[in-house]
Amino acid sequence: MSEEIHDVRLQVNGASHTVQVPARRLLSDALRHDCGLTGTHVGCEHGVCGSCTVLLDGRPVRSCLMLAVSAQDAEITTVEGLTEAGDVLSPVQQAFSDCHGLQCGFCTPGFLTTITAGLRDNPDPTEDEARDMIGGNLCRCTGYQNIVSSVLRAAEITKERA
Amino acid sequence: MTTKLFGTKVPRVEDQRFLRGQGRYADDVLVGQRVLHAAVLRSPHAHARILDIDVSGVLDVEGVHAVWTHEDLTGPMAEPLPLLIPHPALTHGRTQFALAKDEVNYVGEAIAFVVAEDRYVAEDAVGRIRVDYDYLPPVVGIPAARAATALVHEDVPGNVGARLEQENGDARAAIASAPHTLTLDLTIERSACQPLEGRATVARWDPDIDRMTVWTSTQTSTGVRGCVAAKLDLDLGQVDVITPDVGGGFGVKINHPWPEELLVPMAARALGVPVKYTEDRREHFISSAHERGQVHHVEVGFDDEGRILGLDVEFWHDHGAYSPYGLIVPIITSTQLLGPYKPANYRVVFESLFTNTVMVTPYRGAGRPQGCFVMERTMDAIAAELGKGRTEVRSANFIQPDEFPFDQGLIFQDGRELEYDSGDYPALLDKLKALVGWDEFPAFRAEMAAEGRRVGIGLACYVEGTGVGPYEGAHVHIETSGKVKVATGLTTQGQGHQTAFAQIVADALGVPFDHVEIVTGDTRRMPYAVGTFASRAAVMSGSAIHLAALRTREKVLRIAADALEADEADLEIVDGVVRVKGTESQIDLGTVAVLSNPLRYAFDEASKAATQFAVGDPGKPPVAEGDEPGLEGKDFYSPERATFASGMHAVIVETDPETAEITILKYAVVHDCGHLINPMIVEGQIHGGVAQGVGGALYERMVYDESGQLLNASFMDFLMPYVTEVPRGIDIDHLETPSPLNPLGIKGAGEAGVIPSAAVFAAAIEDAEGITITAMPISPSELFDLRRQHQEETP
Repeated sequence: MSEEIHDVRLQVNGASHTVQVPARRLLSDALRHDCGLTGTHVGCEHGVCGSCTVLLDGRPVRSCLMLAVSAQDAEITTVEGLTEAGDVLSPVQQAFSDCHGLQCGFCTPGFLTTITAGLRDNPDPTEDEARDMIGGNLCRCTGYQNIVSSVLRAAEITKERA
Repeated sequence: MTTKLFGTKVPRVEDQRFLRGQGRYADDVLVGQRVLHAAVLRSPHAHARILDIDVSGVLDVEGVHAVWTHEDLTGPMAEPLPLLIPHPALTHGRTQFALAKDEVNYVGEAIAFVVAEDRYVAEDAVGRIRVDYDYLPPVVGIPAARAATALVHEDVPGNVGARLEQENGDARAAIASAPHTLTLDLTIERSACQPLEGRATVARWDPDIDRMTVWTSTQTSTGVRGCVAAKLDLDLGQVDVITPDVGGGFGVKINHPWPEELLVPMAARALGVPVKYTEDRREHFISSAHERGQVHHVEVGFDDEGRILGLDVEFWHDHGAYSPYGLIVPIITSTQLLGPYKPANYRVVFESLFTNTVMVTPYRGAGRPQGCFVMERTMDAIAAELGKGRTEVRSANFIQPDEFPFDQGLIFQDGRELEYDSGDYPALLDKLKALVGWDEFPAFRAEMAAEGRRVGIGLACYVEGTGVGPYEGAHVHIETSGKVKVATGLTTQGQGHQTAFAQIVADALGVPFDHVEIVTGDTRRMPYAVGTFASRAAVMSGSAIHLAALRTREKVLRIAADALEADEADLEIVDGVVRVKGTESQIDLGTVAVLSNPLRYAFDEASKAATQFAVGDPGKPPVAEGDEPGLEGKDFYSPERATFASGMHAVIVETDPETAEITILKYAVVHDCGHLINPMIVEGQIHGGVAQGVGGALYERMVYDESGQLLNASFMDFLMPYVTEVPRGIDIDHLETPSPLNPLGIKGAGEAGVIPSAAVFAAAIEDAEGITITAMPISPSELFDLRRQHQEETP
């Protein structure tokens, strides 16, 4: 028995990708394997670690908990889409580099997307709010110290660039 | 003037690709190309005989290409996996088969391997395999293993894989005649590395050149290469292993070959199509490796000052179902337990026990957290017994700075003497006390008590043997562009090696940092290497790279001196240019590289300068006797023994009188890893280690039921720290006692943060509660139960 295949149009980082996928294909797999955007990482495939977080119409979602077919026509931003024109690192990306907010880099895309959305909602977070912003993402390398600093630094860079 | 980069916080070059989503991890390899995907049928039972495997339904699934069980394996693939580190005491070492043969010994053991168009279909097919089992009684936990009413392996009596005893002096006699004695029973539970990226392997067989390429998320490319060649009957020269970016290791990826690291290349060759296997999180929990589970019995005799006269430690190590990594973990516990202390007499004996659970291989710290827990609990118990200060008793037992090198009279994990090279433990303790506010704590406690709050302070000290052999090597190549390409064979999993090693090269060669490119873990570039474990990369490859860069520098100066008609002693290299000091005369490194390789054929403007009518003395051979063409240098670093880093942690905790919740108020680390190459990276390593230590002390454990099912095999149930669980800020201070064993005076730093955690939290909670803590990790409900038990026992 063969599976029914659906044509799904995914709008990712401003580009349109039409992928042919079965209904059960996870958005994370479609992004990685069908669109070739391997910056989105899969750490647990049960929605706990947050590595696969992407922005769906600007809001952070776990792409391992969503089917590709249900993302039809939504505006998706992955880590690859955070980098600004001229290959300039976004404030959040730059802050992670400044503060040594990453080590192995595997969980990093999920933090970057989560914080990007978080700072849009709250451009000037306190340290408590910064901690709250990243409270749903797992990192096994950094002990989070420098990620908290990165959130605060990203807010500063955003203001500096404004 | 080129600024010295060693010792400075150079931003990491690898961040640029990671932050853009351009890292290349194993599962990213060959995306967009034709590749088949594998899934594994794993045992649902902890202990059973396999009566029959029926795969007949599998090939009916559309998109399935092949299925293997043990009976399909041939030659060396059908034999057990290698026992990587044999030891004379490991009399009953056992390893699993790539696919189970006749018997399964833990939930998760691989039974069948399916390759299909995608992972979804491969998993569908796995679900169609039918296996008949004859259930055998499972052995779960150390008490059951010791009781041995059931056996894991029927030919291993008492479930004892190994028994090893070491003694320095006569501990039992010393204890018998000591003025004070104590007995302690101390337990640590299982945890696991849990890197965010699990295991993953991709292989491509190229029939046109009879060559296998394997990309795998490993801590040892050369180790995997040797195994793939041996198991698949290939010459070593036919196998390339490339370790791409690795999403964390923490020890688990040093074990090799995982069954899938052999099955994937085997399938790729058989099917003529590249094959990829990427495990999911549940598979990582039930089919990779765990660590830490040990039970210890301590007898100690000491004098009125708390000086240890005799220490006798017996412990039982839960090895899980198999022992591929030999006795490394319990040997490390048994030796590194001594920490910065010098008991007059020491005896240690351990038994390594098989159980029907996931096998045990090193996890960051690798037996040291258990050893540190045992020693530091003992120190605290001695202090309590004598009514002395905890720092005072430790000071009485410290090896003193003028006693180095200090021989502990034991054999370490590398088969060499346990001889500490350098350190200054009294200075570390002074720094720690100042950093955490040890002497001010009683006032703080009183202040908090006045508010009805309960706080405690603890400290723990450790010594860590780092940079174990046998060797690492490096190859440095200056291209005609002046760019410097450096290869070292060990792998990297987030430690920033591309940055730290480039700092070393830039300093040694006098080239701009951004002209240096470091490649790690690619057997095509450096086929001689060991791997990344035991906090060894900076020491081993850092030293090798330094030595190889110096060799290259020698050649640069020789050729440049000739070209500039100057004396080598008058030359300096600054920003990639060789200059005659104090003159305008200079030559850039790219031109030196051109001159190093006498050419017949020019390939660009620069290389014209090296052709036969342009260069060289017609009266001499173009390449001098004993010389080689090319501006390259290669060297290896192979130290006599490990170098010993050290450190001390202190923590202040608050325990909730009602709920027994444990809150961290302050965490302080003093650390001595010799000279720091990049302090930012070292501090990052400490942060991460402390967070893992918090997890291991307060949250993480492997919950097996009596039938050998792992009940918490997901991130929902295995409680890894989020930001909400780690200390708000970690105070760090460094001491730099250089190692005399390597040219840079460095010691390893990777594992330091995690070693004292169980010990330091136990001490602080005990101090807050006045209840003896003998088992870690400890949860609020366990602390609550301890309180109740304590109340019942205290009249």
